[in-house]
Amino acid sequence: MKHDVSLRVNGTTTDDTVESRQLLVHYLRDTLGLTGTHVGCDSSNCGACTVLLDGVAVKSCTVLTAAADGAEVLTIEGLGSTEDLSPVQQGFRQCHGLQCGYCTPGMVVSATGLLLDQPSPDGQQIREGLEGNLCRCTGYQMIVESVQWAIENGGPGAAARAHADRAVQAGKR
Amino acid sequence: MGSMVGASVVRKEDPALLTGQGRFVDDIQLPGMLHMAYVRSVQAHASVLSIDVEDAVGMPGVLGVWTAADLEGLSPVRSAPGMDRPCLAGDTVRFVGEPVAVVVATDRYKAADAAGAVVVDYEPLPVLTTIEEAMAEGAAPIVPGQASNVVMAVPLTESDAETELAAAPHRTSLRIRNQRLAPVPIEPIGCVAHWEPSGLTLWATVQAPHPVRNELSVMFSLPNHQVRVIAPDVGGGFGAKASFYAEYLLTSELSRRLHRPVKYIETRSESLVSMTHGRAQVQDIEVGYDDDGKLLALRVAIVQDCGAWPDATGSGLPTLTLFMSGGCYKIPVIAASFRSVATNTTPVAAYRGAGRPEAAYLIERVVDVVADELGIDSLDVRRRNFIQREEMPYPTQFPGIVYDEGDYPALLEDLLGKIDYPALRAEAESRRTDPDKPLMGIGFSTFVEMGGFGPTPMFEQFGYIGGWESSTVRMNPDGSVVISVGTSPHGQGHETAFAQIASDALGGVPMDRITVLHGDTGTVQEGIGTMGSRGIPVCGPAVQKSADGVRQKLVKIAAHLLEADEADIESDGETFSVKGTPGSSIPLSEVAMTAYKPQRLPEGMDLGLQVMEYYEPTNLSYPSGAHACVVEIDRATGAVDVKRYVAVDDCGTVINPLNARGQVEGGLAQGIAQALLEEVVYAADGQPVTSSLIDYQIPSAPDLPAMETHHFVVKSSFNPLGAKGLGESGATGAPQAVTNAVIDALSHLGIRDLDMPLTPFKVWTAMRTPRAAEPAGSTELAPGQVPDGLPTSDDDSTDTPWKVTP
Repeated sequence: MKHDVSLRVNGTTTDDTVESRQLLVHYLRDTLGLTGTHVGCDSSNCGACTVLLDGVAVKSCTVLTAAADGAEVLTIEGLGSTEDLSPVQQGFRQCHGLQCGYCTPGMVVSATGLLLDQPSPDGQQIREGLEGNLCRCTGYQMIVESVQWAIENGGPGAAARAHADRAVQAGKR
Repeated sequence: MGSMVGASVVRKEDPALLTGQGRFVDDIQLPGMLHMAYVRSVQAHASVLSIDVEDAVGMPGVLGVWTAADLEGLSPVRSAPGMDRPCLAGDTVRFVGEPVAVVVATDRYKAADAAGAVVVDYEPLPVLTTIEEAMAEGAAPIVPGQASNVVMAVPLTESDAETELAAAPHRTSLRIRNQRLAPVPIEPIGCVAHWEPSGLTLWATVQAPHPVRNELSVMFSLPNHQVRVIAPDVGGGFGAKASFYAEYLLTSELSRRLHRPVKYIETRSESLVSMTHGRAQVQDIEVGYDDDGKLLALRVAIVQDCGAWPDATGSGLPTLTLFMSGGCYKIPVIAASFRSVATNTTPVAAYRGAGRPEAAYLIERVVDVVADELGIDSLDVRRRNFIQREEMPYPTQFPGIVYDEGDYPALLEDLLGKIDYPALRAEAESRRTDPDKPLMGIGFSTFVEMGGFGPTPMFEQFGYIGGWESSTVRMNPDGSVVISVGTSPHGQGHETAFAQIASDALGGVPMDRITVLHGDTGTVQEGIGTMGSRGIPVCGPAVQKSADGVRQKLVKIAAHLLEADEADIESDGETFSVKGTPGSSIPLSEVAMTAYKPQRLPEGMDLGLQVMEYYEPTNLSYPSGAHACVVEIDRATGAVDVKRYVAVDDCGTVINPLNARGQVEGGLAQGIAQALLEEVVYAADGQPVTSSLIDYQIPSAPDLPAMETHHFVVKSSFNPLGAKGLGESGATGAPQAVTNAVIDALSHLGIRDLDMPLTPFKVWTAMRTPRAAEPAGSTELAPGQVPDGLPTSDDDSTDTPWKVTP
């Protein structure tokens, strides 16, 4: 079965016809070419596919594209750019919060979602807030420090705040 | 300008990776690209009676289904002689997850649908899940053509050390099961093959593109230049992406047949049964020692579980364990042997540390057990047996295994300076008798491992053409620099670290004027790859040498242009000037441009500014460390909480402290997780129990402590950088520090040994298992007594909901 969907992804409206079973992560990656969102498992454990959906960090491997109809999505590509990294992205860079970079987009988006919900979590709250994102490279301490850097330097960042505000205005958050 | 080597520089790799602009294999889309999916065995050992592909072939978007019979003549995956593994199982499947057929379709959903529609009829065969079953009398050989399941039996030493063991005042035996682990890089295996008239291009999640090119070249009888292997961004490897996987061959062959690019991306559940596992050793150990804890003789006999198809690298890894089994101690005689055994399980190969963590765990458990037997502090046993600084380089009894410079006693003292051991010890003792507080234990690990793999004679044994590494440094006409390296990083930060080394060697060329390329056999000179902590110690000197070559030429040209003597030329990375002659200077860019202007060059000088160098190390390097771990154990649940982890590592010269910390902490995480969380488990019928990330627990952030990491630098004389490597140190040092701490916390209960992983259930069970408690300190539990608040042993017969399989 096919569904007509309309989503706003990183500020751009996109209309498509998708199969019922298509996962949002595959729509983002294969249809829209937003390959920053990664797939690392098939059981919703790793969180590499995390995006903001109407202001909430979700695992896009566990959302059907059809179910996201009408939603606004912010992916890693929409958070910041190489010239203008978001505070969380910059924190990961300054504190060496990434190594291979595969879990990183999901980790950064998840941390951004955490800071939207909770402006100044302590170390343990950061760890618990990122529990759904697996990193095999860092041992997490430098990720915790990256998020702490972001808290001191602008929190979730302008793009994420604007995205969350729109979700609030639309009554979705 | 200051030296870049030793500076905490943020990484050149990061901006792309942080903004979703990394390029991983699954990100690659080519016109007309098809998707391959496997049909995998659901049986651990069975005859394949029939494979019905009819429904699958007729499904929409399906281009075909291929079984072993359809691929006759296709090369197998090479392994040890006589154990080559067919790409697809033929008439027998040997482990759950072994590919039986492949489907190619126009998208990944359709390929998965069609794979699910292939019906395989199996006739079960006896399943040999464990090495004990596989080695039992009369067990049928799993690998065809082998006489038994012992596929390799190597007595590494002539002596069995029985004389020395028998003569020792004390003798203790120990059996250690170093459990099977799954490497779990967050990016699973994937590849895209594109066979064109000019040859084959394979993008793949590999740690070593040149060796993969060599393999494909042999397998397809193509010359090297017609095979191009590209490792784009690779999402972690930890050794498992150093093995050759059948999908590289199959996607290539199917691209050849279908004249279209073919992509394969494994799912995580597939990865957990298909990607090689690690560790999986059983070690029988005997140690002889005197009253002071001086080690007099050691016998180690290892049985390595190889899985169903012995891997070219994996089956020989116990060699490394045995070479390192003496650790950082002087042991007069070590008797060493191993057997590698096939079982009906996923093949086993390299995983972070690859053979050395198994050794460090073994000997560090031995010193703790010896201390326990003698009733003395394990630190004293360590101190009485350490190889001393002045004895280094230290030749072990194994030919060619010579430890480079290190200072093991000083490392330990440095560590002790960072913790208050007497206070911790007193606290741990008081906890034993205070039922209101968790138990507490302190564990140590003083270890040495191998880094910097080669040299060539060593690395040839693992199937590589050499143990060297390569670098080309090219300065462009504007003075910017492009470096090509033969290593193939997948998280290690080589683009940054090698730029730091080159910046210094080039006299201070700024980091942002240097680009490092890697991972493409079409554009990079011959290389070997990234494994065995070899990036900095082996490729680093190649980068340094080649950058130095460019600098020497720059100086010659600058001297010519400035009409000065070469010896008087100075540079700050941006200009060249003449010593003591103010105003006489020339920009680097002009010197670089001159290299491309034949009419301006000194007479007889060759054009260009490019130098390629290979570096063959004289030997392995030997990173070492001293780690301390403090744990608390919940009396009611057996849960172990790492309260403190302090690591002092000697990796020789540190290139980038920020990167180095990341490498150490990441390794520690995997080591702590081995000690506490992780184990690949098979049911008795060979069915994998841990085949998803729901069941196989890699740590998430709350599972790990904040770690305290420090460096203690003793430079190696074995390479010009003085570096030893550190990618594997954390994973090598940590498991025994944690286990020793847990055993320490439980020692008053008479618990002397537990195998990893020390899950709450295992610890809890041990705490309530009656055993002959030691006379000293057996204050808490008498045999048969149960800790407060826990069910009595009668409850064992009931199926309580909290009872879980360890």
